[in-house]
Amino acid sequence: MAEKVILQTGHEGGVKGQVSAYFSRLKGGDMGALPAMAAVIVLMALFANLSPYFLTEINIANLFVQSAVLMVTAMALVFVLLLGEIDLSAGVTAATGMALFVKLTNTGWDWPVALALGFLVGLVTGWVLGMFVAKIGVPSFVISLAFYLGFPGVMLIILGSGGILRLEVEPIKAIMNVNLPVWGGWAVLAVTVIVALVLSVWDRSRRLRVDLPVRPMIFLVAKIVAYLVVGGGIVFMLNLPRSLVAANPIRGVPIVVPIVILLMFAGTFVLNRTRFGRYLYAVGGNPEAARRAGINVARIRIYAFMITSTLATMGGLMHISRIGAVEAAAGKIIVLSAVAAAVVGGVSLFGGRGKLFNAAIGAIVISIIDNGLGLMGFPAGVSFIVTGVVLALAATVDALARKRAPGMRI
Amino acid sequence: MSQALVQLKNVKKSFGPVDVLKGVDLEVFAGKVTALVGDNGAGKSTLIKGLAGVQPYDSGEVRFDGELQQLHSPREASALGIEVVYQDLALCENLDIVQNMFLGRETLKSGTLSEAEMEAAAARALQSLSVKTVRSVRQTVSSLSGGQRQTVAIARTVLRDARLVILDEPTAALGVAQTEQVLNLVRRLADQGYGVLMISHNLYDVFKVADDIAVLYLGNMVAQLETAKTTSNEVIGYITGIATNVKEG
Repeated sequence: MAEKVILQTGHEGGVKGQVSAYFSRLKGGDMGALPAMAAVIVLMALFANLSPYFLTEINIANLFVQSAVLMVTAMALVFVLLLGEIDLSAGVTAATGMALFVKLTNTGWDWPVALALGFLVGLVTGWVLGMFVAKIGVPSFVISLAFYLGFPGVMLIILGSGGILRLEVEPIKAIMNVNLPVWGGWAVLAVTVIVALVLSVWDRSRRLRVDLPVRPMIFLVAKIVAYLVVGGGIVFMLNLPRSLVAANPIRGVPIVVPIVILLMFAGTFVLNRTRFGRYLYAVGGNPEAARRAGINVARIRIYAFMITSTLATMGGLMHISRIGAVEAAAGKIIVLSAVAAAVVGGVSLFGGRGKLFNAAIGAIVISIIDNGLGLMGFPAGVSFIVTGVVLALAATVDALARKRAPGMRI
Repeated sequence: MSQALVQLKNVKKSFGPVDVLKGVDLEVFAGKVTALVGDNGAGKSTLIKGLAGVQPYDSGEVRFDGELQQLHSPREASALGIEVVYQDLALCENLDIVQNMFLGRETLKSGTLSEAEMEAAAARALQSLSVKTVRSVRQTVSSLSGGQRQTVAIARTVLRDARLVILDEPTAALGVAQTEQVLNLVRRLADQGYGVLMISHNLYDVFKVADDIAVLYLGNMVAQLETAKTTSNEVIGYITGIATNVKEG
């Protein structure tokens, strides 16, 4: 039996102690995704009041589908942003991979093989970028800018003079355009809640086994209830018929939703619970300290770039699934919006701080602004301006909060 | 007298035409704090880097536990139980105390981090050194004071099963109260049986905490004194080269 631990671990105290500790962390400037989550609620209330269409079933479903590409690209970028690096080419790399995929399928290749080759473009590009950054020492901004400029050219060559190719692969089109059956949505919710519950209980039992204090059970219950209420509400709404034409009913959770949830869970698992994830944060925080701790810093950097481009290719796949075609201009804007989403959600551009959840919530904020302003009939220009203002605001709030006091993490 | 934990004999190191260490002898004992003093350029850092395996010596004998050893890489030094706390501490500010203490040596269970086990072990290591100044072991290092950071860096060496802890000016950037904390910690480290080699420019610190004082002067070990039997004037004499006739070259 180990000696009883008397040092504090942040898990002590009852409900009251935990809540006050949480608020003192907030005051310390460690707000995480809270401002972005508040923004989601405020924006939803705002647009629900301003536009009668905003809270309709069809628009909420649209919102999920619209934000998926941005969400996945923003989550992809987190891996390099954590290192304090950037990959401006993530979007065009994804688009190039998808151009290759569509071109090959249109010339008679089996689509799974073509898809694998498309993803290989992402993987290899990430590796090359990583080599340039980690081994040669070219700033990631510059080398990824080079790819950003070069890849659209590659796409033009692949796509030919038309600059656009139709996607003819039905299973890929289904990702964004087909919905799960009603029971499927509930099954997704059940699996998500069970995974969250199992992980929480597992962590708790491991703490108890080594005699560490644990938080009051009520927090775990509250977390699961929150999952059930929010998730249940969303599934319920998406399962209502939402077609504008009665003869052609549309209902169910879009297939893309469980895919995004799966990517977020898997990525978060890697970041929080594996050695590689820990080393990403360490290298982002202090590369020299990481090196001296025996971490192969170059390898971590290269892997991060490979994950970013590959995950971004997943975003590209969703994009072509939604559009039904791949066009030569694809991938240029999305990457900058994704950086904005990550920052709005609370990911630091200086490295070492941020989670996939932050990026996802930031993507939702930007998507809501886009969607809501569009519904109100504002031209796209207004949406761009508001997005820019929100980004500036988020960065300013973050900078001011951090100025006040250094944060504390649990 | 018991056997020294570390024994250096006639250790030499030169960089091109410059002889930085000209045949240095040094003994460090387990359970004792040995202070390494000397003016800038005396060769203190070079001596430390040799022991840490960062910059191997050109020639000379290194015995650890009486056994002849070759120290060619930090890994070899670490495997023997030699750990260095450099002045910059090498901590990641965005990570918490537990994560920093286990950085590069995380314990895993079926491929995933054993957070609870590491947290308990880190807390135990800090407790074994009677560290009470830290509010929570899950605080990020960015929220710690200079003295607390030094404490974390020192406690990390304990977790790594160090037997010799080398401290490079542990109190250089600290205020009075924090210096006191760190010196107490250094003393406790030795009292628990670790060998401690501490570089310092501050003779007050040296006399407060060290058992032995080794003085380097222009690459020569001019004196290794017992603290109890010497005075700060004598040590200053050795540091400045007044007290001895040092052979040049």
